[in-house]
Amino acid sequence: MCGIAALQLRNPSLHPQMGSLLSSMMCQIVDRGPDSAGLAVYDTPGLVSEGTSTLSLLGKSQRLPLGEIAASLENLLSPSAAPDVRVVGDTTLVSAAVGTDLLVKAVRETLPDSTITGRGEHVAVMKSVGHPMDIAAEHGLEDMAGSQGLSHTRMATESAVTAGGSHPFSVADDLCLVHNGSFSNHATIRRELKREGVVFDSDNDTEVGARYIASRLQQGDDLETALTNLGKVFDGFYTLVVTTADSMAVVRDPIACKPAIIAETDDYVAMASEYRALASLPGIETARIFEPEPGKVYTWSL
Amino acid sequence: MVTLTAPETLTPAAAQQIAVVDSFSVDLNDSPVRDLNQALHNAIDGQVWTVANPGGKHSLAVGIDADISVTIKGHAGYYAAGMHQKGEVTITGNAGVGLAENIMSGKVHVRGDTSQSAAATGHGGLVVIDGNAGARCGISMKGVDIVVGGNIGHMSAFMAQAGRLVVCGDAGDALGDSIYEARIYVKGTVASLGADCIEKPMEAEHLEELEGLLTAAGRTDNPADFKRYGSARNLYHFSVHNSASY
Repeated sequence: MCGIAALQLRNPSLHPQMGSLLSSMMCQIVDRGPDSAGLAVYDTPGLVSEGTSTLSLLGKSQRLPLGEIAASLENLLSPSAAPDVRVVGDTTLVSAAVGTDLLVKAVRETLPDSTITGRGEHVAVMKSVGHPMDIAAEHGLEDMAGSQGLSHTRMATESAVTAGGSHPFSVADDLCLVHNGSFSNHATIRRELKREGVVFDSDNDTEVGARYIASRLQQGDDLETALTNLGKVFDGFYTLVVTTADSMAVVRDPIACKPAIIAETDDYVAMASEYRALASLPGIETARIFEPEPGKVYTWSL
Repeated sequence: MVTLTAPETLTPAAAQQIAVVDSFSVDLNDSPVRDLNQALHNAIDGQVWTVANPGGKHSLAVGIDADISVTIKGHAGYYAAGMHQKGEVTITGNAGVGLAENIMSGKVHVRGDTSQSAAATGHGGLVVIDGNAGARCGISMKGVDIVVGGNIGHMSAFMAQAGRLVVCGDAGDALGDSIYEARIYVKGTVASLGADCIEKPMEAEHLEELEGLLTAAGRTDNPADFKRYGSARNLYHFSVHNSASY
């Protein structure tokens, strides 16, 4: 199955409640995917900051002490980059006042065995194996502020239950993808993308979707066009949610086997696998509630 | 335990003695769904039940086998009023996947929208949806009557065997694919017809039948505005010559 809950807060006065709202939504989709879970939060103070790049690394332990990682990054970048390394739950966050590409290079050199699961100026990505609400609690989701949040509870089908195989997949700056369903031709598309030079972190089918969207965006597609193109190339079942620094998109495959429901008010857009995840949102009684049409791309911008 | 306005362990005889208007309410913020369903299974004819704070929970009011009236105030989750046998269930909000799945008789009324597979495999009874229904509405219907005030999604009435499906809005792709003997009435447009489903003439008997269904659903649409669809009866038995048609 898998469960998805996503929230874009249009009203900045709700930003302090982002984590508690997302946590209440996620709590209702746990039984759709109890294997593992992941979170992406945008513009969360303490995790990311304007003008610096932040990388999310899988796991709280990176083999080197945090101080040594920071010293190595400072050495590779420059003292003015002021690299900062900290642990949040089961995730290591690395920030520095340089572009993400430079920071990725420095991190790969310092920690060649690390897995980068998120990158950008706005997003932090946290994922792990275990009960989704334990993972949310370990990372302190309840107290996080932010502009957007995305959560996924996974019932693994196409690849192993590992932290690396859980969603979201974040493979380009501030871009995140979560997926309920399975892609049946992902191996073929993976081979094609590899020929184009794309490097993969996992055997997961959803990562292929994320790499494909990143590749389309790089070639000049906007988010809506990239998702329309995905529909032409990918075969399988999917409800997808994609977030960028300032937008959120939802699309279902044309057969629409996988559920999705959206609630929209002046204050927020919320998407979830099931209504019960939306039931406790403020103002839900008067929200516009609808199921996204099969094969149609929906986008919202902050 | 279910919180009730009257004792829940009344024997039918005792309940009938005290009950002039038997009305009960259950708040799902306080009571588990399992207790609600057990209380509804213990209910006796004539009772009126109200369910507050459904919160999109699954399997609400399933398997009702007494002539009771149940109102769910809000949005229901998956499989609401499944296997419905008797009485009437009204949902004032939306319903999730598989509303009134395998309904046998009685009535289920949703004032909002429903997700996919509404009234799937229904054998009898009436399912009324005031709003839109998602994909696969009435899939494999076997005698149920369905009246949808709005639109229905793709693959509705797939492999329908008996019963009537009335759509006051538009129908999605592949309507009535591989249909056997159900009758479909659509007021709006049909995106496409499925294999072996064709438009058929509206005779007096069909106008009369449709009028009855619309009235039963509390609607005032004019039967003359509808078109009728049904089986061309070419695909009843597998023939290799038809293999391209499936």
